[in-house]
Amino acid sequence: MAGSGKAHLRNTADPVLRVEDLVVEYGAANGEKVQAVSGVSLDIIAGETLSVVGESGCGKSTLAKGILQLIATASGSVVINGQEITKLKGNELREARPNMQMIFQDSISSLDPHMKVSALIEQPLKVWNRGTEAERKAKVNDLLQSVGLDPEVVSQRKPTEFSGGQCQRISIARALALEPKLLVCDEPVSSLDVSIQAQILNILQDMKERYGLSLLFISHDLSVVRTISDRIVVMYLGKICEVATPATLSEKPRHHYTHALVSSVPIPDPTKKNRRAVLQGEPPSSTNPPSGCRFRTRCPAATELCANEEPQLRDMGGGDFVACHHPRA
Amino acid sequence: MSRLFEIENLEITFDTARGPLTAVRGVSLVINKGESIGIVGESGSGKTVMSRASMGLLRGRRVKRTGSVKLEGQELLTLNNDEIRGLWGTKMAMIFQDPMTALNPVRRVGSQFNESLVKRLGMSKEDASKRTIELLTLVRMPEPEKVIAKFPHQLSGGMRQRVMIAMAIACNPSLLFADEPTTALDVTVQAQVLELLGDLREKLNMAMVIVTHDLGVVAGYTDRIAVMYGGEIVELATTPDLFANTKMPYTQALMESIPRLDRKIGDRLPAIGGTPPDPTLARTSCGFADRCTFATDKCRTEHPPLTDAGNGHMYRCFFPLGGK
Repeated sequence: MAGSGKAHLRNTADPVLRVEDLVVEYGAANGEKVQAVSGVSLDIIAGETLSVVGESGCGKSTLAKGILQLIATASGSVVINGQEITKLKGNELREARPNMQMIFQDSISSLDPHMKVSALIEQPLKVWNRGTEAERKAKVNDLLQSVGLDPEVVSQRKPTEFSGGQCQRISIARALALEPKLLVCDEPVSSLDVSIQAQILNILQDMKERYGLSLLFISHDLSVVRTISDRIVVMYLGKICEVATPATLSEKPRHHYTHALVSSVPIPDPTKKNRRAVLQGEPPSSTNPPSGCRFRTRCPAATELCANEEPQLRDMGGGDFVACHHPRA
Repeated sequence: MSRLFEIENLEITFDTARGPLTAVRGVSLVINKGESIGIVGESGSGKTVMSRASMGLLRGRRVKRTGSVKLEGQELLTLNNDEIRGLWGTKMAMIFQDPMTALNPVRRVGSQFNESLVKRLGMSKEDASKRTIELLTLVRMPEPEKVIAKFPHQLSGGMRQRVMIAMAIACNPSLLFADEPTTALDVTVQAQVLELLGDLREKLNMAMVIVTHDLGVVAGYTDRIAVMYGGEIVELATTPDLFANTKMPYTQALMESIPRLDRKIGDRLPAIGGTPPDPTLARTSCGFADRCTFATDKCRTEHPPLTDAGNGHMYRCFFPLGGK
């Protein structure tokens, strides 16, 4: 992968989110620093859905948390709605939070089991003193309806009485209560059944249109993100390997890692078998990443150049960018 | 083909605070020697309960089991604990979704193999160590000599799943149950594990049951697929036939809701509305009727029987897609 570079950033006047050279470090047991996110840049314009895909440990969730300042970032900048938030502290950062909300993979554990559904969704409104009690109640009912839950039936119940899919709907309603500009979704459907996944993805699409949201969608599953994304970022070991439209990514991925990811997706069609370029092995440790291109140890096209020089993101036309010395044709 | 495993009219009822809950309702299924079968269904469809009950893992006062499960002609439901234990490993084995909780966290990988190799097969410890390395090599574990000295938490999810597969095949079972074997894994590692399971099945001539919620996972690796819904088998056919001539509206809806790479971008995903039927209630209608776009009054008042389309393609629907 990857590589560094900012060729894929757009010169829009006011992107909803602009991240430059973001670095997030964790302390390892031996006192060394591990860069989980190693100089990532990306931007999201109004109404856009940007997805970040990659394997476990590639840094995609850390990136999401770093962007929202839920964990400390080592360097780099994050600008949301024109406001640089990496330097904000305490109350200033708190004031910026209504604009950026998040939903999590495990929706059941992200909801307080002792609170009723109506109280859960009302809480952000109460905290920020939005509206009168009657207005808040109307807003809660409105939000519940928009995610496909009947307020009459669900308001007085507690999260434990609901299935995973229903809990994810409740978290979406709660995240939207303050009408954020940016919604970060960290693997929102990966613990759900396929039939329920489709329901949640459709709700997110509806909400995006209704509230004019921009989405940052984190997932390990390319087939899930490609239907809902405008742009997809592929990450490997803390860096970006490819930025492309969903069509490019599934039809002619340029990075060898993306190609392996695409061909690993199981196809629900018994007649299309044996098309796979199964990637051998597992990603190397990020405590001691390979020199040059980080993917070179598993890459079929790696040469000496890949070991010596880190590839930079290059413009391939049509809004596609790849960080590879020897991209696939 | 010779019959290896026969499930007949299996019904599993749990005694719960809400009253009796019937998780599996009259399931019959024959598995032939060396065959690979996929069992597909949503959460709560009874797929896991069925496979665990078949293994003899669900026992006790609060589980009522009726019907019959036979392995090579031997009835399993009436066996006592010691007798069924004698079949585990050597005749049938199981791998689970979460290899971290299935492996013993405080014992090194190597010593966990001893249980099956030393106790079951009566090997000496030295032979067992050699065999362990052979098995780990067979599941394509990198550096097996180092792995045997490690604890499960020091391995990645994919490597843990390989350890579990190696343990499951240690005593050459003739039937392997794999319950959601790849659900917890990354898509690249999932592909590796599925390829591995397919290869092992051929090499060891073992029958395999893959239980999953993902039709995409079983499409390329099974001979036949049983679709379960609300505790029943609602469609059973050879894998190509199931995809080419889908009979059940439920199967169709399940196939359509899978996000896939060759779908047109920007299309809304067809979701299945509603929820599965309540397992505590008796079934007096088609369980899918409330969620089915083709449902008629007949579907809401009568329970459809499992019907054979003629070529072994079974379905449970009054109005199958593509006609009768």
